Amino acid sequence: MTARRTRIFWMAFAVILALLIVMPFGLPEFWRRFLTEILIWGLLAMSSDILIGYTGMVSFGHSAFFGLGMYGAAAALLTTRPPSLWLALLYGLIAAATVAAFVAYFSTRLRDIYFAITTLIFSQIFYVIIFTWTDATGGENGLAFSRPALAIPGLFSLPFTTLTLYWFVLAVVTGSYLVLRRITRSPFGMVLQSIRENEARTRAIGYPVERYKIVAVMFSGLFAGLAGVLYAIQNRFAAPDFVFFVVSGEAVIYNIMGGVGTLVGPIVGAAAFLLLREGLSRLFPYLASVASQHGLALPGLAEFPYLIPLGIIFIAIVIFMPQGLLGFARRRLNE
Amino acid sequence: MAADLSSAALAAAAAPVGAAPVLRTEDLGIRFGGLAALNGVNFAVARGEIRAVIGPNGAGKSTFFNCLTGVLRPSSGRILFNDDEITGLSPNRISRKGIARSYQITNILPNATTLENVRIAAQSRRHGWSLFTHHRAFRDIIEKAEAVLATVGLAAKADELAANLSHGEQRNLEIGIALATEPQLLCLDEPTAGMSAGETDDTIALVRRIARDLTILIVEHDMTVVMGLAHRITVLHYGAILAEGTPAEIQSNPRVLEVYLKT
Amino acid sequence: MLEEFLIQTINGIVVGMILALVASGLTLIFGIMDVVNFAHGELFMLGAYVGVVTLAGTGSFWLALLVATLVVAALGAAIHVTTLRPLLGRDPLNTILVTFGISLVLQNYALWQFGPVARKINEPFTGHFNLFYLEYPWYRLVIALLSAAIIAGLWLFLKYSTYGVWIRATTQDRLMAQAMGIPVPRLLTIVFAIGSGMAAASGVLFGPLVGVNHAMGLDWVLKAFIVVVVGGMGNLVGSIAASIFISLTESYASLWVSPSQAIIVSFVVLILTLLIRPTGLFVPTPK
Repeated sequence: MTARRTRIFWMAFAVILALLIVMPFGLPEFWRRFLTEILIWGLLAMSSDILIGYTGMVSFGHSAFFGLGMYGAAAALLTTRPPSLWLALLYGLIAAATVAAFVAYFSTRLRDIYFAITTLIFSQIFYVIIFTWTDATGGENGLAFSRPALAIPGLFSLPFTTLTLYWFVLAVVTGSYLVLRRITRSPFGMVLQSIRENEARTRAIGYPVERYKIVAVMFSGLFAGLAGVLYAIQNRFAAPDFVFFVVSGEAVIYNIMGGVGTLVGPIVGAAAFLLLREGLSRLFPYLASVASQHGLALPGLAEFPYLIPLGIIFIAIVIFMPQGLLGFARRRLNE
Repeated sequence: MAADLSSAALAAAAAPVGAAPVLRTEDLGIRFGGLAALNGVNFAVARGEIRAVIGPNGAGKSTFFNCLTGVLRPSSGRILFNDDEITGLSPNRISRKGIARSYQITNILPNATTLENVRIAAQSRRHGWSLFTHHRAFRDIIEKAEAVLATVGLAAKADELAANLSHGEQRNLEIGIALATEPQLLCLDEPTAGMSAGETDDTIALVRRIARDLTILIVEHDMTVVMGLAHRITVLHYGAILAEGTPAEIQSNPRVLEVYLKT
Repeated sequence: MLEEFLIQTINGIVVGMILALVASGLTLIFGIMDVVNFAHGELFMLGAYVGVVTLAGTGSFWLALLVATLVVAALGAAIHVTTLRPLLGRDPLNTILVTFGISLVLQNYALWQFGPVARKINEPFTGHFNLFYLEYPWYRLVIALLSAAIIAGLWLFLKYSTYGVWIRATTQDRLMAQAMGIPVPRLLTIVFAIGSGMAAASGVLFGPLVGVNHAMGLDWVLKAFIVVVVGGMGNLVGSIAASIFISLTESYASLWVSPSQAIIVSFVVLILTLLIRPTGLFVPTPK
């Protein structure tokens, strides 16, 4: 990027960050929590962008990393007194990284569709293990625990409010974005992009492509796990539903809706999707009540699943906005 | 033009004789199902030589290159590079040993700039695992890439998207990418394919320039290029070596004339 | 113990044949069109629901089977024309995403239309024979035979009919086929319709064995993918062999672990296949 574009970028970044910091002041409780969720899912989608957007590997395995981060945090929060935020982060990241290493080792030997299917299968393997290992994971019901405080032992302990938790999550997600941005512009990141553009040539010029892919999966898994830890802290429970492959699919959807290969795109995509979902889920009952006020009985309208128009929108984006898809939002690699 | 080329050929034909072969194969063979694409190939090229590999379509030229660069695993025989066995190694390890290749069908990164195409190749030897520094900070790599671009005549197009280059420029970029990996042996697969006469001459001059410090294997169909550049020529036919010799010897070899050169 | 083993063998074969029917549709679609059809499980599920509705309306199981197959085949054709034809020539990973979106839409449609309570399809005939200490329903054996018959029909169609020959030509060389005047896009739609119809038929046939509900497709789509990869993409005979193999291993595994854990066995088989013989365990000559 030229010096001018860099300046513009950082100015825009500062403005947006400032907006995000003050936004919750004007919002009721529900929307503050909603914003926090957007950030968390955005982080998950951003982690998947490392693979899809930058390395060209579509992965459906992120639910495994997310879920393990969640359960890792749960383990820390249930086994230590008082529940420690930092241990939750540590356990969650280690769990996610371990799973990522395992999945990476097996699946990176495979290309394209086989890679996607294998990561999906791994998600399901972990789902089944977590679902059936009731003693350790609470099985179907999951695990419930209390939220840790923002604390440095010996110095202070501040229980989270919705507001402070939002700022904590914002800080973590912003930090993650900056780190990932650095990584994608580093020599390592440029190799990933080269792999995406032309894997055979990248190998032919001397890069051990498999090793790069494994590291990419591990970074991706780490940040997905981080999202899982944040989710656990916010919602105070861990459930196997989040390890089901559909969650991976949703991360991919946010990623694509927002624009692959951009890092911010996924966060925007998550915001768009979640807002759309919220809006649509209120729209249909509202329409039904309006209709019945006018004497029109439309049975079934109130329960019309918002996922249908949402799914259609997603399909339309994949078909009609290919530049946002595996064709990449940015054409130039020099960023 | 033809006269220039042949006199240059005579001058270039001061090929290192008796120099140790930088690359040789022993009984190299590869089968696809029932078909032997290469059969009992005993090939050797001396350091600093420019060797052309010619033959009709299907003779096994690209297959030979694919074996040398690790894309295909030979069914039998050995490949030795500087007396080091490289048979069946993966492409990235062979690249690190010092063998680079350009492709018959242009195989660049179309969505990257010309400079980036070469820079990423130059980076493969150093700093490839650096995670937290911007790639632009590594001036040594960028300077290396700019030097390579100057050598292949693309310095002016450094910031141009590779997809927007003309065909001839893309072919030269192919060579540049291979050069940036600092090879000892450069395998050029039909570098002048699809080029105009002017572009072909430029490429011939380019190859002569870079040949000073390299050993070059070149697969070509364009006979003026072959006769003008090569110290020696190897003729492949049905996967085996039909004849080997200087351009003059090959041009007058009756079997070669029968099979291939319709002059 | 031997009795349980033999019972599981028969169970494995029966379920395996239904899986084979589902998987053949999937492998047909993948082998010929390079489309990874994530929505295949939902087509299976919709077939079962159409079967339920038709059965309730007409009382005839066989009519339900026929109607479900035709309706879902038509639906498949419509889906292909509207969402998959525009993707021709693009990176095949696009199709995974689109079919994933379609599966979400179809699943939620079924949930909305039919509600969350499972429905039942009644067997066309009851009647058991004595298998050791069990009374084993005849119907199960009939399903296996029917599935085999349908697959055989597909094989004959591909081998001998005009369309079948065209389809095989398109698989080998799409450009050449088009150059020879074969209407490739229409052919691909037909293939997708056939695959969808087969999924629907499996849904109706399988209906009496389990409850019909909107989520039934998910398990099947995963298993079918495993079968298709293990059997070799686009390899019809391979998918049948793989279906039986995987169902048998799962049935045997369920002797020791719970059925929901038994599925891990198939996952492991898939992973091993991908590591050792990625083109498929049942492919004759690996490339």
